Amino acid sequence: MKIVVCVKQVPDTNDVKIDPKTGTLIRDGVPSIINPDDKNAIEEALVLKKEKGAVVTVLCMGPPQADFALREALGMGADEAILLSDRAFAGADTWATSYALSMAIKKVGDYDLIFCGRQAIDGDTAQVGPELAEIMDIPQVTYVRKIVSIDNKTAVVERAMEDGYEVIEVKMPAVLTAVKELNVPRYPTASGIVDAFDVKEVKLWTAADIQADPERLGLKGSYTQVKRTFAPPVKGAGKMLEGSVKEKALSLVQELKVKHVW
Amino acid sequence: MSVLIKKDACIACGACIGSCPFGAIEMDSVAVINDKCTGCGACIESCPVEAIYRTDEEEVIEEVSLDDYKGVWVFAEQRGGKVMNIAFELLGEGRKLADSLGVELSAVLIGDKMEACTKELIAYGSDNVYLVEDPELKDYRTDSYTSAMADLVNQYKPEIVLIGATNIGRDFGPRLAARVKTGLTADCTELSIDLETRLLMQTRPAFGGNIMATILCPNSRPQMSTVRPGVMKKADPDASKAGKIISSKFNSNAASIRTLVKEIVKEAGRVVNLEEAQIIVSGGRGLGNADGFKLIGEVAGKLGGIVGASRGAVDSGWISNSHQVGQTGKTVHPKLYIACGISGAIQHVAGMQKSGLIVAINKNPGAPIFQVADYGIVGDLYQVLPALMEALGEKNGENIAC
Repeated sequence: MKIVVCVKQVPDTNDVKIDPKTGTLIRDGVPSIINPDDKNAIEEALVLKKEKGAVVTVLCMGPPQADFALREALGMGADEAILLSDRAFAGADTWATSYALSMAIKKVGDYDLIFCGRQAIDGDTAQVGPELAEIMDIPQVTYVRKIVSIDNKTAVVERAMEDGYEVIEVKMPAVLTAVKELNVPRYPTASGIVDAFDVKEVKLWTAADIQADPERLGLKGSYTQVKRTFAPPVKGAGKMLEGSVKEKALSLVQELKVKHVW
Repeated sequence: MSVLIKKDACIACGACIGSCPFGAIEMDSVAVINDKCTGCGACIESCPVEAIYRTDEEEVIEEVSLDDYKGVWVFAEQRGGKVMNIAFELLGEGRKLADSLGVELSAVLIGDKMEACTKELIAYGSDNVYLVEDPELKDYRTDSYTSAMADLVNQYKPEIVLIGATNIGRDFGPRLAARVKTGLTADCTELSIDLETRLLMQTRPAFGGNIMATILCPNSRPQMSTVRPGVMKKADPDASKAGKIISSKFNSNAASIRTLVKEIVKEAGRVVNLEEAQIIVSGGRGLGNADGFKLIGEVAGKLGGIVGASRGAVDSGWISNSHQVGQTGKTVHPKLYIACGISGAIQHVAGMQKSGLIVAINKNPGAPIFQVADYGIVGDLYQVLPALMEALGEKNGENIAC
């Protein structure tokens, strides 16, 4: 069984702060991490490596610095790492990203399973998994919280829903997207880290290496365009509610209704 | 579109560096744009000498006659034969978009034996309901629904399609967008029409709500957006409104269905999911004891929300740490956050300051929590919360899930 795990390197948004004077992001000192849901995908692939002898390839599209994310994945135990990096990929929306990933996966070849995280914490779109599956013309199951059984022909998985879950049988090869309930990602071991930096290699593939159509890459190949970005509206000063306890409670409910939060 | 710097005009002041949300500008002898640039243009206004500009060359990906596409569509998600609330919310928003464009609003209802639900969709604003019924379509499956909907889109050519950002919509939306070869913008919080270009302006938060982006889909159709439940408002239903029902057959042979739903399981009392909660009522050390969380739980239940806690309350052993909000707990962004008996230490505020609306209830008028609150009530929570329960009256929480 051959598994390709798609990962993204993201800024740790929990550490992102807004400069109150300029209203822009303060990025200094914000660490880059492997997107959390993607780590669950890596972990599950590594479980299948142990149980089924799967070979795990980790694929990341990003700037040269994303090499570090792939080293971490190698340190966790992945067999192979590929960095898809080229100026031509810059500014890609989810569609152009999915296209580039699909071409890279075709080059990897002979895959049985493609694993992605459900969504990345910088964009929160959850679109690359399904778009990748569509471009590759294979089935998808998103929000996978458990793999019940899996072989080269079919997988049975639990798909998380808002109020429970669905048990879904899917034909392989397929794209699965992982949610955090799936597992607890392992840490790289000390020897794993040494291997990741000194022994194993991260392959660097460019747009030419994956024979991608330049018209379909990056900003040029994107259907959506960012027109503008801006800081969220700044909150005004709070309002203290006055009166008796009952009056305060009533005016609060009134305000909640006016603001449509309840 | 791409953003460029006029090298001879740049004075290397560095003002643009801080304005870039993506860290895409570096300073050499003059400012230089690196690979991270998405062409958003946030830097343009920051430049005091107008050295940054945008090229607007047309980049048509595929020849599509955009004018052939007319009308606004809403995907009316159903589960178990019942149309979800999100569909009515989207119709409320879709009506506004259709009216500003001067076009019709339609709902798309896919399922089995769903015809009875079409009336409701019309009452909530649809001019038309596209209905696709088949036993194979009873439950949502990626392949069957994508195939059914893509056929409709290709045949009737809507200019806008709105889909709920539920666990189903977020599986379906991107698959459909890729099938019909168009763009999709996820989790929009604001939608409007640019009357000059007739383009849909899709505004959404990114970077965990730290920044807002307005996104366009200029060269392909339909323009597709997903919207989370609870973001848009339903219109008042009008039972007398007339509408047309357009039935289509499902071509199951073309769908190549590769998944099988073996079981649909409902779980009561799902794990505490603070990160995705829309309403959170939190208790702190001011509760005085573990029993206080019973009252917090009642208020949360009434509002259709869930219970959070400060580190103080967790450290006191009154509630498990799965409820903890703050730097060492969870970062939350519900639309309503009610802090009860929480003083507002920085570490707590860090985890909840991005909430849509913050209400603070505290005995101490000097508590720092009031500085981040939109509404403050000074008082004993054991008096205020029962009064609040009473004021909330009959209405039960209907904001849970979708």
